Amino acid sequence: MIVRVQENLFDAGAELNSFAKNQPSVGAIVTFTGLVRDVAGGLQGMEIEHYPGMTAKAIEAIAADAQNRWSLADVLVIHRYGTLHATDPIMMVATASKHRADAFAAADFLMDYLKSRAPFWKKETTGDGASWVAAKDDDEEALNRWS
Amino acid sequence: MDIMYFAWVRERIGLPKETVETQAATVSDLVAELVAREDRYAAAFADITALRVALDQELSDFDAPLAGVREVAFFPPMTGG
Repeated sequence: MIVRVQENLFDAGAELNSFAKNQPSVGAIVTFTGLVRDVAGGLQGMEIEHYPGMTAKAIEAIAADAQNRWSLADVLVIHRYGTLHATDPIMMVATASKHRADAFAAADFLMDYLKSRAPFWKKETTGDGASWVAAKDDDEEALNRWS
Repeated sequence: MDIMYFAWVRERIGLPKETVETQAATVSDLVAELVAREDRYAAAFADITALRVALDQELSDFDAPLAGVREVAFFPPMTGG
């Protein structure tokens, strides 16, 4: 398991290639990359705040849960904080497995849990001012799929 | 006990972290103590259904006991991913 919480930009392609190396029994890798979306009014910046003492531990617990539920050779989670701009990568998940079904399901699960259970908060600044991104009821309901 | 605030909770209270002396038995009791202090706490805790709490960096709930807890954090629902 590789979990990185970082301010720096990452290269999703390079991360995938590095993750895929030396995994001889792996037949499938699924990756998801989340990007900063532009919004109406023009996004001037997105500030991502996190809870440094808790963030990595919370992500590791979610990744460990995924490893218990599916047959995974490895899991990678990268999540950024700090000031980001439209089109920047925010986060990335990669799952490696013998077959694709486990890799897809685990990546889906990880995304649902990272959305609502990893301690990050987003604040968007546009021409209209700054506002915190509210959590959606749908995001909380998505977790019920896995119970 | 250290108390930490994040996102708009931090902005309403006006600080990221403080240390308090408290005999509060549960998270709800601690919230009641804070709310009684000053308007900015009352504003931040006006609707606790809009808030989440972590005890020693683990998600918890407002009924949870505080015995032995060293760090309490209050924040809005998380928006990762």
